[in-house]
Amino acid sequence: MEGDKGGAGKKRWPSLAGNRLDKHLPGKVEAERILLAAVVSVSHEIFQHKEYPEGKFTLLRDTRTDGSFLVHHFLSFYLRAGCKVCFVALLQSFSHYSIVAQKLGVSLAAAKERGQLVFLEGLKSCLDLVFGEEEQPGQPSPLQFLSGSTSDLRALFEFVRVSLAPSAGDSWKGPVLLVDDLSVLLSLGAAPVAVLDFIHYCRVSVCCQLKGNIVVLVHSNEDSEDEENELLVNSLCHHSDLILWAEGLATGFCKDVHGQIKISKRLSLRQAGEQDLVQIYQYKIQDRNVTFFARGLSAAVL
Amino acid sequence: MYSYFILHFVLFPGGGVAVGTLLLIEEDKYGLYSNLLFKYFLAEGIVCGHDLFVASAKEHPDKILKELPAPLLDDTYGKELGDEAAAKSEDSQDSMKIAWRYQNLPKMEASPTTYTKFGHYYDVSKKMSPELCQSVKWHSFYLHEELSFEPKLKAWSMNSGYARLLQSIQKIISQEGFDGSDPQKKQRNVLRIGIQSLGSILWGDGVCCSDNPEDPHSLTKFLYVLRGLLRKSLSACIITVPAHLIQNKAIMERVTNLSDMVVGLESFIGSERETNPLYKDYHGLVHVHQIPRLNSLICDVSDTKDLAFRLKRKLFTIETSLFAAFS
Repeated sequence: MEGDKGGAGKKRWPSLAGNRLDKHLPGKVEAERILLAAVVSVSHEIFQHKEYPEGKFTLLRDTRTDGSFLVHHFLSFYLRAGCKVCFVALLQSFSHYSIVAQKLGVSLAAAKERGQLVFLEGLKSCLDLVFGEEEQPGQPSPLQFLSGSTSDLRALFEFVRVSLAPSAGDSWKGPVLLVDDLSVLLSLGAAPVAVLDFIHYCRVSVCCQLKGNIVVLVHSNEDSEDEENELLVNSLCHHSDLILWAEGLATGFCKDVHGQIKISKRLSLRQAGEQDLVQIYQYKIQDRNVTFFARGLSAAVL
Repeated sequence: MYSYFILHFVLFPGGGVAVGTLLLIEEDKYGLYSNLLFKYFLAEGIVCGHDLFVASAKEHPDKILKELPAPLLDDTYGKELGDEAAAKSEDSQDSMKIAWRYQNLPKMEASPTTYTKFGHYYDVSKKMSPELCQSVKWHSFYLHEELSFEPKLKAWSMNSGYARLLQSIQKIISQEGFDGSDPQKKQRNVLRIGIQSLGSILWGDGVCCSDNPEDPHSLTKFLYVLRGLLRKSLSACIITVPAHLIQNKAIMERVTNLSDMVVGLESFIGSERETNPLYKDYHGLVHVHQIPRLNSLICDVSDTKDLAFRLKRKLFTIETSLFAAFS
């Protein structure tokens, strides 16, 4: 299965480290494409056995920057790969993701039409729950917990499970659950343990039973005082196969530095005695190009 | 202390608050400057012919609307931004000029990139004329009046003041056709929503009283539902929050994540900076905590150094480059 490698081919990746991409980029969108292509190439390097992972849990996190570009990437990547995707989109509207996906060459509306994409628009579901008519007894809202009638996220899990359950006519490749972003559930009153339970059930269903993949975004602030969120993030880190951490660097004299992506491959999870692999890529997004600097490979125990 | 000044807020990308989004302002200690920005947003709404929705638990919206600053119509102010000597003619503007000027403003198109602009100048020493105030449709929500009505709330756990406010906003959006749901009402106008001091004790919320409030989730739930309403309608919202009173920082972190743009105002009044010679020309700092990401892959990598605001003789400006040496 061919993944999307964008402009930077896999073979050329090692030589890009330290080199400037001096193309004439028409603007920010092209810079974004290159950044994403680089991220994809790197994550492919890490998973050596398959073209794309199976049964894996990927955690996206961001600190001091907006990591949702990673969400946009994985959404279009998996759709183009022919996977069935359930996207729990809690923070933005459908049109927001749709407009961005269009820039990446994917039509979310068409994907929905052909049954490849199941899209839960959290904002809309919430409005339906709060202002809508009395719900039908057989169809609880996925965000049932908001009404306070229950404290667990069972209804949300059921929604995911049903969306990704294979059906007779399906010819899609492995199912994928994508969540943006999990931290919002805490703001809506869910307890961290309820959120972790939800993720656990999803892993059993999607990763183990259906051999699919899960990609989840969480926010974390530097020196955060949000203990519940820190608990959530740390727990998820421990059980993730792959962690992509986008960090904004503190603004200093070097205005062009955007940030770094730390990619952690958790080999220690699956094989005893294995050490985790951590790669750090700093990047600069300037007006017309993106510069990457690989800070080197290092086996590090997380 | 200057007795009058012009407001011109140059901070925002695109020159304003994008339709469908929320601008949250963390109030300065005495609420002076945040109140000013709040009124500025509403005054701009009137000048642009937008509908207004004003909510407060502190002052009656009628009073707020009577105290909006008067727009300046003389183009000289625009041309001489930053020039102290420019502030000359304060002659009374006659209403004929007002009518002519605003007829030429373009109507807002319904598109995701529409901005509610901050494009005009105001003299805060003068009140907006009642005729101009009445020229738009406006709705008010004063909590203490609303409490007497029997709520028709669906059973879900949230502070009742917030729930009532949400219900009221939703009703206006729906009835006036701002959500495009009614094909009869082809609404192309924008609804500007202003909510004053959300989170304060006057709203019945305990987040400003202790760092372990009984109900830490109402405020964030409110913002989430509001976000849903804004995203699906032709509306833009400004909210001021007395963030300096909210002791539980986790709540402010969550509030920031649920807002599209967050700006904190820090005035120098009563602080050691007031007498610091470095800051002698300025009256406060502006901290940008969040910038909008709507419809774009990555957010703008813009300078988030400390910005400062000041009152010049006729100008309230936010300046971006001056403090580079001090950061």
